[in-house]
Amino acid sequence: MTQTTQRTRRHPRPPAPPTPEALPLEFAELVTDPDTRIVVCCGAGGVGKTTTSAALGLAAAQAGRTVVVLTIDPARRLAQSLGLMELDNEPRRVDVPGAPGELHAMMLDMKRTFDDIVVAHSTPERAQQIFENPFYQALSSSFAGTQEYMAMEKLGQLRAGDHWDLIIVDTPPSRSALDFLDAPNRMSRFLDGTMIRLLTAPSRTGFKIASASFMFFSRIISKILGGQLLRDISSFVAALDTMFGGFRERATATYELLRRPGTWFLVVATPEPDALREASYFVDRLSAEQMPLAGLVLNRTHPPTTTALSATRAEGAAEEVLEAGGEDAELAAGALRVHAERMTQAAREQHLADRFTSAHPEVAVRTVPAAAGDVHDLDGLRDMADALTGPDGDTPTGVPRRRILPARRR
Amino acid sequence: MSPVPSSVRCHVVTGKGGTGKTTVAAALALALAADGRQVLLVETEGRQGIAQLFDTPPLPYEERRVALARGGGEVRALAIDVEEALLEYLEMFYNLRRAGRALRRVGAVDFATTIAPGLRDVLLTGKVKEAVTRRHDGRPVYDAVVVDAPPTGRITRFLNVTGEMAGLTRSGPIKTQSDGVMAVLKSPQTAVHLVTLLEDMPVQETADAIAELSAVGLPVGSVVVNMAAEPALPEPALARASEAGLIGADLAPALTAAGLQDVPGLADALAAEATEHARRWAAQDELRDEVEALGRPTVELPLLPGPIDLGALFQLAGRLEEHLRTEVAA
Repeated sequence: MTQTTQRTRRHPRPPAPPTPEALPLEFAELVTDPDTRIVVCCGAGGVGKTTTSAALGLAAAQAGRTVVVLTIDPARRLAQSLGLMELDNEPRRVDVPGAPGELHAMMLDMKRTFDDIVVAHSTPERAQQIFENPFYQALSSSFAGTQEYMAMEKLGQLRAGDHWDLIIVDTPPSRSALDFLDAPNRMSRFLDGTMIRLLTAPSRTGFKIASASFMFFSRIISKILGGQLLRDISSFVAALDTMFGGFRERATATYELLRRPGTWFLVVATPEPDALREASYFVDRLSAEQMPLAGLVLNRTHPPTTTALSATRAEGAAEEVLEAGGEDAELAAGALRVHAERMTQAAREQHLADRFTSAHPEVAVRTVPAAAGDVHDLDGLRDMADALTGPDGDTPTGVPRRRILPARRR
Repeated sequence: MSPVPSSVRCHVVTGKGGTGKTTVAAALALALAADGRQVLLVETEGRQGIAQLFDTPPLPYEERRVALARGGGEVRALAIDVEEALLEYLEMFYNLRRAGRALRRVGAVDFATTIAPGLRDVLLTGKVKEAVTRRHDGRPVYDAVVVDAPPTGRITRFLNVTGEMAGLTRSGPIKTQSDGVMAVLKSPQTAVHLVTLLEDMPVQETADAIAELSAVGLPVGSVVVNMAAEPALPEPALARASEAGLIGADLAPALTAAGLQDVPGLADALAAEATEHARRWAAQDELRDEVEALGRPTVELPLLPGPIDLGALFQLAGRLEEHLRTEVAA
């Protein structure tokens, strides 16, 4: 450790182990760039993906672009804060006074989206037949992966319309953050798969091909699931199949859309070990899939208003103030303790951020302070948009927005 | 000394993502294991969060001791693997374990757990039910089973397996299985506890989840307010700061007395931080009232400094034990 630091001997104190500095994430450029057409926000549940999506949408609308934010399950208060009483599977315009662009928001209704696909690709009688199938009813409303699949489907539709300068997608709250990438393929694999063909097509392939192992398999599946369910699935898949080709192709097409130039992924996390671990998984996964990553939004950080006083000094000063006594000594001591807590919390958050950056030095980072991230109304969203799009170096404390505390001051 | 054992033996712990439900589930398991009881802690989401908390290698699909509690109590942990659970199910009901392995090779298990929405959940909750009702020598093997369940947004669907499966399988073995699971989950043996923070969204989701659970007849237990912090400002200062807001001039004289007048902008910065702190505190108090209005027994767990380790879990367990005791007494 000491040997590598010989060259940088200008600092008298022993150097900390080298932590790579995170790259700045400049959203202002990203969302105003006409070449940016899709932004996908991903991350663990509860980290503020929906709010981040909405705030970025607002920033882009204020920059003159026509934006739609596709959200999956917004908190009611967010919908209200956007002035929207209903979000119903169609983009609704959000009134943003003074914005030269347009902000629209929509909430995905997966059943409606699925129904629309069926209607668009079949005759009314056929569609009716499918709608009445119990398996379709379950599939379209509660099947694991349907939500993700339909989000992709809707994204494809919105993109194909070419009406939108920018589409911002908020990924579904999944069991795992990776479900968003996996589920559509899993679902199409399932609907297109050998198993279902075997199960549903004995009439087509003939019983000779349906081997002994298939008969055995079919018997067990029917034991587990019951024969009636198998018949429902069979008739559903048959109807679907004759209707519009493979699910796999559709899934592949939307998946490819995400790899086209103009699409950016954004990973959102809070400065908590679990959320950052998910973020790490996601970053690795996106890189493995060659999906373009814009960077990490570290939401709800707690930067102190001043970094001139360390936690230890603030604790000490609180005691001195109390000893000196006088009017408002308790108040001032309390304020100093608040600051000490704040510095400690910020140091913990910066430490977690540094660990993330050590593992992913290529990922640009933007922090969003907690006050800006607790959004209840359009003003709150504006504050968050400012925190997201402000230049990296331009902050009141001089701490760049990619950090929580200044470098080398801990 | 020891609390009267309550009738609840199956504790399901849910909460919005990020509220610390796994931590609470683990602490609850420790609390229930005190005084020589046997407790099983079940992980349903395959995250291996329990292994991380107890600092053990990833859990296999096997009940493994992760902690000892007072008086010879024991917490075992199990991470349910859906595929393994299905194979076990096939073996138990059809003596088909070997065939099951063959099925897995051709991808049939993946197929079966994907084909029926809810089959996953039936298998997971089925395993929970099995652990709750398992008996040896005429007495239950576990005094309590604690489930680290899916988050509030999915909890009702997860537990209400019969409802979810009803449209799909009107008869057959899954129907029979899910009916049996529901009988346990809806009985007074079960309580669904909700973990929240004193923040808007988690409290809102807790309220929503209570309404949903009650609507389908699932028994709601306690609300656990996690990571409750103490205010750093004294009471009168708190009120003053949150109502009027502080300015640098309020603090400057006292800071000068302590020799801190030379740090530029310090008084203003401290005033701003103290005001934000006090306002956040006031907002938390309002949320506390909202939580109380939910009408459920409520317990607050303190925000602990540093990472959650076994020592921290025992600290939280102490609070939960107290809560359980008052609950039983009530």
